[in-house]
Amino acid sequence: MSDATAPDLSRRSGQNTREFAYRAVFFVCALLSILTTLAIVLTLLGDALTFFAEVSPIAFLTGTTWSPANDPVSFGVLPLITGTLVITFGAAAIALPVGLLTAIYLAEYASDRVRSVLKPAIEVLAGVPTVVYGYFALVYVTPALSVVFPTISTFNALSASIIVGIMIIPMVSSISEDAMSSVPDSLREASYGLGATRFTVSTSVVVPASISGIASSYILALSRAIGETMAVTIAAGNTPRLVDLTDPAGVFLNSIQTMTAAMVQLGASDVTGQSLAYRSLFAVGLTLFVITFLMNLISEWVASRYREEYR
Amino acid sequence: MAAETRTDETDFGEVSRLKDRVFESVTLAAALFGIVTLAVLLVYVTVDAVGWLDWQFLTSPPHPLAEEAGIFPALVGSIVLMVLIALVTFPLGVGAAIYLEEYASDGRLTRFIQLNIANLAGVPSVVYGLLGLGLFVQLLSFGYGTLLVAAFTVSLLILPIVIIAAQEAIRSVPDSLRQASYGMGATKRQTIRNVVLPRSLPGIMTGTILALGRAIGETAPLIMIGVPTTVFGVPNGLFAKFSAMPMQIYTWSSYPDTAFQYGVVSAGVVTLLVVLLSINSIAILIRNKYQTERS
Repeated sequence: MSDATAPDLSRRSGQNTREFAYRAVFFVCALLSILTTLAIVLTLLGDALTFFAEVSPIAFLTGTTWSPANDPVSFGVLPLITGTLVITFGAAAIALPVGLLTAIYLAEYASDRVRSVLKPAIEVLAGVPTVVYGYFALVYVTPALSVVFPTISTFNALSASIIVGIMIIPMVSSISEDAMSSVPDSLREASYGLGATRFTVSTSVVVPASISGIASSYILALSRAIGETMAVTIAAGNTPRLVDLTDPAGVFLNSIQTMTAAMVQLGASDVTGQSLAYRSLFAVGLTLFVITFLMNLISEWVASRYREEYR
Repeated sequence: MAAETRTDETDFGEVSRLKDRVFESVTLAAALFGIVTLAVLLVYVTVDAVGWLDWQFLTSPPHPLAEEAGIFPALVGSIVLMVLIALVTFPLGVGAAIYLEEYASDGRLTRFIQLNIANLAGVPSVVYGLLGLGLFVQLLSFGYGTLLVAAFTVSLLILPIVIIAAQEAIRSVPDSLRQASYGMGATKRQTIRNVVLPRSLPGIMTGTILALGRAIGETAPLIMIGVPTTVFGVPNGLFAKFSAMPMQIYTWSSYPDTAFQYGVVSAGVVTLLVVLLSINSIAILIRNKYQTERS
């Protein structure tokens, strides 16, 4: 994409062939990314389709019992989807407000020196392996929570939500801060000129002006929470349970199972080969892939709007 | 455009310094919330690891008795896996980045590849595990839980990150250098090899090493491709079964024994984090060294 183009001065044809060969090799490397996507789709579809030949997609998407390995087998994915939503909702309750406020602090209040320390420190939150987060939730967060909620189970959705919320803060804060930093200073200066405080400038000018960037970061963070695997597997346990909305405390204080945790459970068990349980793994994987892929696309689309706004 | 939304009703009300101060404190508290929580957890795990993380732990195989348990096979497995991943992702990632930055025109195909790379970076790691299971284990029969399958699977997972980092490094090479190279009659290939790559190599290395840091902590893909939970020896070939540190931590954390939960696992977590920290430090050292040389 560089503007510099090579003037064609070479007359030797051997040189040209070699130039072309290099170009072809590099092109194949770039093409590999498209082949990866294709391979993901085909792998998931292949086994998912044979699964759907035996279990109807309607029964899969509307069934309320998930029991792939024990008799009577049942492949209703709803308990897993609601389990995933519980974790996503809990994580969002932490990460969305905290991430946004963090971005406001970094973009509007922090001095350059504070920012240069704080920003990488917050990024560290996204760099810790998720298996470590899961362990933290299980052995430190849950016992701490049991002081407040004595009825909490060893495996519970609350500790998993909190830890997933913490790990996705940097996704919200860094993308939101980028959007806020791209708001032209002239808008801020106009507001300060009218006598506004930083509070008013942040909440009435900067946040509304960067709203599409913030929205994009929110969608991306939620998508990450939906696909998060190890932390929820270790901390929230493996109890596929349809969420009972009349008992919100019970939902968070007890064990649930997300789509990703169900996949790990099936993957770690001995359901290899061509059994129906093995294929259900790919059906759940396909569902997860479609949801997160759509969310990433929407996020990309929303983000491209703010990039154009202030060119 | 968005700024116009408030023009009709711009009423800042009474200027409140107090509100401003309170809001600044709230945003600062939010910025510190995650860092402080993680710091507290790290202190806890380090304190718990004291007495468990010793030479015996680092050099012994796993054992049902907490006192005898060690992480040696998983530690070696993780490092070997990382070297293999580096060998796969570095050439492929740099190649793709060179094509996108130096050769590709800004057409439909390029934009499609670019969007696709961004999207691949957001695919959950457990889905890559299914790709590895379906493609490398089932279709190509490389065997359950072998080193080669794990290396390929995790490589595909971090490849988008490596490509994006390499692209940024290549993009930061000034065009004047390329023009000078072309002006002396160099071909595109010669320009890339003699001008663009040497200049962007530190950035590419930094990005690749940081991506490897992400690779060493990945667990879900390893579970999906059938990496065994406990291995007593180090891998002796590409088709050997092996274990990795995050895999071992996952296995241990499911033991109900408190000597494991608050002792052995803590030691494992600290070992993993120390290795991760060393990797990231190398990346930062490379970046700083070349940044100061250039400026």
